[in-house]
Amino acid sequence: MTYIAKPRLHHPSLVKNKAGFTRRDYEGAVSTLCAGCGHDSISAAIIQACYELDILPHQVAKLSGIGCSSKAPTYFVGASHGFNTVHGRMPSVMTGANLANRDLIYMGVSGDGDSASIGLGQFAHVMRRGVNMTYIVMNNGVYGLTKGQFSATADKGSISKKGVSNPDSSIDMVSLAILMGATFVGRSFSGDKHQLVPLIKAAMDHKGAAFLDVISPCVAFNNHAGSTKSYDYVREHNEALNRIDFIETREEITTSYDPGTTKIVQQHDGSILRLRKLGEDYDPSDKVAAVKRVQEGLHAGEVVTGLLYVDPTPSDLHANLNTVDVPLNTLNAPDLCPGTSALDKINASLR
Amino acid sequence: MLKPTDIANPDYFHKVVDCQWACPAHTPVPEYIRLIAHGRYSDAYMINWKSNVFPGILGRTCDRPCEPACRRSRVEDENLVKGKKEPVAICRLKRVAADYKDDDDINSKMPKAPEKNGRRVACIGGGPSSLTVARDLAVLGYEIVIYDQDPKLGGFIRTQIPHFRLPESVIDEEVGYITGIGNVEFRHQRVDSLKAVLAEGYDAVFVGSGAPRGRDLDVPGRKEAAANIHIGLDWLSSVSFGHIDKVGKRVIVLGGGNTAMDCCRTARRLGGEDVKVIVRSGFDEMKASPWEKEDAIGEDIPILNMLVPKEVRHEGGKIKGVLFEKVVAKYDDKGRRSLVPSGEPDEFHECDDVLVAIGQENAFPWIEKDAGIEFDKWGLPQLNEKTFASTHPKVFFGGDAAFGPKNIIWAAAHGHEAATSIHKMLIGENPEERPAPGVNVASQKMGIHEWSYDNAPTIDHRLKVPHRPKQEALKDIMAEVELGFDPQLAFKEAQRCLNCDVQTVFSGQLCIECDACVDICPMDCITFTENGEEKELRTRLTAPAMNPTQDLYIGAGLKTQRVMVKDEDVCLHCGLCAERCPTGAWDMRKYYIEMTHAEHACRKQ
Repeated sequence: MTYIAKPRLHHPSLVKNKAGFTRRDYEGAVSTLCAGCGHDSISAAIIQACYELDILPHQVAKLSGIGCSSKAPTYFVGASHGFNTVHGRMPSVMTGANLANRDLIYMGVSGDGDSASIGLGQFAHVMRRGVNMTYIVMNNGVYGLTKGQFSATADKGSISKKGVSNPDSSIDMVSLAILMGATFVGRSFSGDKHQLVPLIKAAMDHKGAAFLDVISPCVAFNNHAGSTKSYDYVREHNEALNRIDFIETREEITTSYDPGTTKIVQQHDGSILRLRKLGEDYDPSDKVAAVKRVQEGLHAGEVVTGLLYVDPTPSDLHANLNTVDVPLNTLNAPDLCPGTSALDKINASLR
Repeated sequence: MLKPTDIANPDYFHKVVDCQWACPAHTPVPEYIRLIAHGRYSDAYMINWKSNVFPGILGRTCDRPCEPACRRSRVEDENLVKGKKEPVAICRLKRVAADYKDDDDINSKMPKAPEKNGRRVACIGGGPSSLTVARDLAVLGYEIVIYDQDPKLGGFIRTQIPHFRLPESVIDEEVGYITGIGNVEFRHQRVDSLKAVLAEGYDAVFVGSGAPRGRDLDVPGRKEAAANIHIGLDWLSSVSFGHIDKVGKRVIVLGGGNTAMDCCRTARRLGGEDVKVIVRSGFDEMKASPWEKEDAIGEDIPILNMLVPKEVRHEGGKIKGVLFEKVVAKYDDKGRRSLVPSGEPDEFHECDDVLVAIGQENAFPWIEKDAGIEFDKWGLPQLNEKTFASTHPKVFFGGDAAFGPKNIIWAAAHGHEAATSIHKMLIGENPEERPAPGVNVASQKMGIHEWSYDNAPTIDHRLKVPHRPKQEALKDIMAEVELGFDPQLAFKEAQRCLNCDVQTVFSGQLCIECDACVDICPMDCITFTENGEEKELRTRLTAPAMNPTQDLYIGAGLKTQRVMVKDEDVCLHCGLCAERCPTGAWDMRKYYIEMTHAEHACRKQ
């Protein structure tokens, strides 16, 4: 952590977005995580994404569980709602919050311990239900707060800081999320904001369960030779399948690309994901192919990144449950208790 | 492709310390400002004394080339500080060191002349450049003889700057520190012949005779009304020595420089009630420093612009007033300005006295044509710009006598250079080889989050120096107008300094490219990217680097073959990059850079 607050002085070229805020306005408190933690870079990417999306901070709800990653929401978008929940139980709280107020933008921030160990069950169900959210796992493969034991996402055979090899199979959060029904799944790396920021923007705009697995090296306990979650390893083994440009519907498309090099995915709300192909031909809307490609990457020791799967026409929890269109907290007594005539009508329909 | 920055070259980080780089004498400004904040006024004074010789005098009168350069004025946010962007009040902080120093401590720190080395150096003129030469050489054992026509040393410092801006006691004190070294003899004697001085067998002669001639007005009526038309320079000098103690009620001051400002404010104190400054140029183009114009206006002196004197009206040998032609500025294709009549009717201003402060000139009537000194077409000596050597092997120039009228701080800088040249010549070294500055590098890291300097920048607005109430100030020509910062104000102002001499030093081999520095930097100064051509690179940084006068720091040695690019322009030197760096690839290191004077002139480049 840092003893001084980040100075309020800023670069003279800093500009305000359409919401009237500068990028600095989306910052939170100064991080108390270890210096060099990948989580801080992810926080910076979230700040950038929120700024670029012209988001009103008070319309964001940040929820997290327990762990280094779950401290992170303090460090971005300070003027938003936050809930630091019970270990592994953030998905339940987020589901409930989302049910109560569907108008907020939900961001779940969790770690590999919080989501893949104690919270694995909750993780599976929040994806199944299609809660409209952006769920980010800051994945470093170790339990940092307890000094570096392997987490459930540590690759089999990777070496701990003490020199021990991991004997257990790893849980691949991306594969799991796709199988459980998430409708937007990507993977990225904290050290590559050019890839990460557009992915977060697209995920936040996606009207369904969006999941991002972000490899985020733990400088203190998992950044050594033999680790498969270190800065060097991820840089050397990063297989980026695509670069994504997220285009909001209200913006006119002015640039054109060669047809062979880009793939356009138009989402239900009209927003556009423009995927620039990098090398191989990859179609992220094909679920079976996506699972196959991700698994192939795992076997080859690659860190496959990019937008890996997207369902352009997702349906979310509220659609599935056929809830009212407005947040439940805006319903007043006459709406909730419409009186005897309404009751009579219902009773009559059941006779 | 940009080459990695060579931080072993002392100029690189020197340039980052904008104030020090801009100071002609390269005073280590942030270091003495920190000492002032710590209440170590004597130490702050000595740093200044070494660099610019006249801290108390300059702290009141300097032209402050450091302040427009100050980084603070580029990084402040008008909304945060509630006012316009302003530099640190460097000049007035310098005065604090002089005001609050411990005189006994200073006296014990002053050098004493060693045994005479048998060499004799003459200094012609008793102003700041000569005094600097005397100081630098006296401590080496040289015998110095200073000639001046006035009864006391100080030159223009004493004769031209009114005592309400610079009390005479301050001049006496700081001249005294130089003569007190020993081996410095003052001869109250006007020099009428360079040859005669050379004939006295000096090993070297330094000419620091200034630019003593005030330019005269050349319009009809000048001669007839001569009794009430005074050359500003001479008039101020007469006031300074007490020969003049009153002036007419209505005074016109012609000219837009600092001398004009001193004339008009002096006139206000000698009985002038309706005093105005009338200038050919526009207000913004006036040569006077903005704060001096401000002070004059504050004393109810209007400044009238775009008026060219046409004729002095008089009656029976008595002045009536001055007629002015109204002009407008026209610019040609090359951007050169000319003042052309506007066609409007002429303006007449009544007055009892006119003070002419329309410029000053060099004059060397005492240098014989065959003395071996070549002059250029502007009447200035032909000099080696590095060594200040003239075409005569033994004669050196400095101060206003060298390149025309400048300021005290330039005179001190010239004096240092000339003294170095004289010393090198006399010990048989080549004066062309200039000594490198001394550089002392020290990491400021005290702990994981602790630095040995105050790294949190304040957002306080620049503080104003308290002034004596106007009515009181105008009554007494000896009463100093500026009262100076007191220690509390000085501390607050000193904390505005960004400590630009505490440098961000990057070691690429240690960097793991985790982006922690990029993410924390409040000014978006740092980028990790592919190398490229400078112009193009400047556009694709985290924040664009639009100030081409400020360098990009290029760090190489990264595993990804990218480069670290840091835009020095708006760095706050807050140390957060180093604090958030997990590997120590960034460190905050103080570069104390000190110019080398004659004392260590044998230090090789």
